[in-house]
Amino acid sequence: MNLAFDLNTIWFFLVGVLFAGYAMLDGFDLGVGALHLFTRGDENRRILLNAIAPIWDGNEVWLVTGGGALFAAFPEVYATAFSGFYVAFMLLLFGLIFRAVAIEFRSKQPMAWWRRFWDISFSLSSILSSLLIGVALGNMAWGVPLDAQGNFNGSFWSLIHPYSVLVGLCTVALFTMHGSIYLVLKTEGALQQQVREWSRSTIISFVLFYITVTMFTLLYVPHMTDTIRANPWLFLVALVNMLAIANIPREIFHGREMRAFLSSCAAVIALLLLFGIGTYPNLVYSNPQPANSLTIYNAASSRKTLQIMLIIALCGVPMVLAYTGSIYWIFRGKVKLDAHSY
Amino acid sequence: MDVFLLSRLQFAFTIAFHYIFPPLSIGLGVLLVIMEARWLKTRDPLYLEMTKFWARIFGLIFALGVASGIVMEFQFGTNWSIYSRYVGDVFGSALAAEGIFAFFLESGFLAILLFGWNRVKPVTHFLATCMVALGAHFSAVWIIVANSWQQTPAGHHIVGFGTGLRAEIVDFWQVVFNPSSLHRLSHTLAGAWQAGAFLALSVAAYYLLRNKHIAFSKATLRIALPVAMIASLLQLLTGHASASGVARNQPAKLAAFEGHYPASAPADMYLFGWVNQEKERVQLGLRIPGMLSWMVHGDSKAPLTGLQAFPPDDRPPVNLVFQTYHLMVLLGMGLIGLSLLALLLQFRNRLSEQRWLLWIFVFAVLGPQAANQLGWASAEVGRQPWIVQNLLRTRDAFSPNVSGGELLFSLVMFFIVYALLLALFIYLLNDKIQHGPEERTSMEGHRA
Ligand code: HDD
Ligand code: HEM
Ligand code: HEM
Repeated sequence: MNLAFDLNTIWFFLVGVLFAGYAMLDGFDLGVGALHLFTRGDENRRILLNAIAPIWDGNEVWLVTGGGALFAAFPEVYATAFSGFYVAFMLLLFGLIFRAVAIEFRSKQPMAWWRRFWDISFSLSSILSSLLIGVALGNMAWGVPLDAQGNFNGSFWSLIHPYSVLVGLCTVALFTMHGSIYLVLKTEGALQQQVREWSRSTIISFVLFYITVTMFTLLYVPHMTDTIRANPWLFLVALVNMLAIANIPREIFHGREMRAFLSSCAAVIALLLLFGIGTYPNLVYSNPQPANSLTIYNAASSRKTLQIMLIIALCGVPMVLAYTGSIYWIFRGKVKLDAHSY
Repeated sequence: MDVFLLSRLQFAFTIAFHYIFPPLSIGLGVLLVIMEARWLKTRDPLYLEMTKFWARIFGLIFALGVASGIVMEFQFGTNWSIYSRYVGDVFGSALAAEGIFAFFLESGFLAILLFGWNRVKPVTHFLATCMVALGAHFSAVWIIVANSWQQTPAGHHIVGFGTGLRAEIVDFWQVVFNPSSLHRLSHTLAGAWQAGAFLALSVAAYYLLRNKHIAFSKATLRIALPVAMIASLLQLLTGHASASGVARNQPAKLAAFEGHYPASAPADMYLFGWVNQEKERVQLGLRIPGMLSWMVHGDSKAPLTGLQAFPPDDRPPVNLVFQTYHLMVLLGMGLIGLSLLALLLQFRNRLSEQRWLLWIFVFAVLGPQAANQLGWASAEVGRQPWIVQNLLRTRDAFSPNVSGGELLFSLVMFFIVYALLLALFIYLLNDKIQHGPEERTSMEGHRA
């Protein structure tokens, strides 16, 4: 790997940061959605909902901005991936639409059927969104057939194959684990006891999926491991990832909830880092004709645009981090329902 | 089915739906800042109650804006892939800047605006409200910059060849301050303030007619009426500036606004009319001779370029552009008249006696909404057949690898889902309005 960092690599990294930020942040509120139907009682469900109420939209903006940054830095990828995975993305959009309105609408009416309908919408759309995000990642890793213009002409069904579905399920498991640990942090009493138990099962199920995906990748998707094989020190990232996951049950056991959650965040980041290392310098890998792949060089905007964008990012991102941090700080601690809650 | 037509239909439908909500959040944002400032200054609980009431409505509007906005962010890639490749270098930066500078600000501080009443000091809360309003305005800035570049491209050059052509940035500031961005931004923002102010007026008028929440409604009128009037007058000024800009930069569009066909002749202005596209003239219209020439050049005899100067393939659908444009202007004049009249009566303290006028205000909320939609339609359809003026044709810009069946699926889904959302939005909005400004405390009572 050429370590002389050029602008294209910087932008590969920055777009990666945005999507990793999305996975880390929206990951837990998608996971809360996936667990939503497992809680009984209106009050408990409201607590779950209000655990994410103030922040879920800000979390989703990481995806919106990631999309914008992809458009600006690698327009070819933006055009190819979104038009190519058309039906998958439309389903994702409908998932995100229903999630957004379910959170807003659910507690606005007292009728039982109303609340049940939005509870189900919230949960199913969260699961569907996580699954589709994973399927998209699986396809990026596996590769899709691109023609010489960089267009993908296959159908929706050709994107659904064992590997992509496996990565999709693994993503659902990851977000569910992440969400359950976030809930341990935000709840108390009997509800917290229940959530604690969930976190145990979600960790186990994620680890099982993770091992399966890793084996599958080593056996059938060897190009994803080329970079690591050439630079064995990168194996450290995989190690950090395993340690972070292993650390979660320990922290929960000792009642150090914040540390457990931070470990879980570290695990999500490390996983996306591994994914990025695996695909670099490709953005959309072309399988079976690797020569048609979209890379950070042939799919990028001009140098000038990458420079301008870098300035925009350097001005904007520190501000975003500063006030996002303060908002998380303001809403720290256990959820308490009041007149302004959902 | 024709993929090209379906792509256009889907874009027009989804953006028109999205654009119901942003103007309301931008306009209400301004009102919220004023209301909360009054609360901090006077410490009159009336203003606190008012701020909280409109904040709850803001939250509802915002949620629908977000849900429909996500679709727009990705639709350039899903349905306009050739366009995305062509403009990504120029256009993408604006969209990314929108995310970084606007959406983060808006969605972050909204948390404090909605849920932070008991968690931060009143001054901090007020600052958060200001940031939300600022964020809403910023998102208009960047998206209008991007859209204006499509209307009047500047600061770029074209590289590549064949199907691999694309526009690249040469001068960022020329892209940002392209010839139409400032006019269009000011016009769009003023339209948004109108939308917010007339919503507040509508609710206040309704309460007065029903004899409910009298103090609340009168205070709301005092805040929203001046905003409505200022924004309505600004709309005339900025709209005029836009029209002069269109005359300079997009002569075919201006000619379509007024149905002006002769290649070069003094141009009239119509109050209304019907364009006969076969006979190439306006029928059944009421005409002010030479008025358009006078508006553009200050001389009613000055010749203006007409549609016959353009090959038929380069002309927009004239009658559609004409009608949408004229309806917008008509509504604009009506709103100016309405707000002036109301302000006059307000000064004499006689507004709340004029029940007929209050009834007009109840429904006038639809005026800015309609004018906003019509304005966009005339601006966007008037640009046709170009997706990027004089550079790329709309027909050459859609995603060729999406099939008609896939598009039909997504379009039908959008129809169904958006119809459902609109119905629910109106239902919940009405519910909140009927409930009135007191806080709800009975919401917990229920068991699932
Ligand atoms: C004049 C203003 C204006 C215009 C022309 C548009 N928008 Fe918009 N948009 C807003 C003003 C706005 C807003 C007021 O800022 C919203 C409404 C609620 C919100 O979250 O922000 C918003 C929401 C919003 C969101 C959700 C942001 C979030 O999650 O918080 C996205 C992704 C977009 N928009 C994208 C677009 C695109 C791609 C457009 C162009 C085709 C577009 N909008 C037209
Ligand atoms: C928010 C209000 C807007 C409305 C109501 C609106 C309306 C429309 C309509 C009616 C069309 C279809 C025109 C036709 O097919 O004849 C269209 C097309 C289009 N507009 Fe807009 N527009 C809006 C904002 C924007 C913005 C802000 C952008 C860019 C950022 C934009 C970019 C486009 C593009 C790419 C198309 C598709 C191709 C085309 O037909 O030109 N629009 N819009
Ligand atoms: C009072 C008289 C008005 C005049 C003379 C006027 C003029 C114009 C013109 C010339 C355009 C086209 C700009 C372009 O294509 O670049 C336009 C667009 C538009 N108008 Fe108006 N307008 C008026 C009132 C209104 C009102 C009352 C509203 C809404 C409340 C409104 C909302 C819009 C919007 C949203 C656009 C599209 C965005 C843009 O291109 O600026 N207009 N208007």
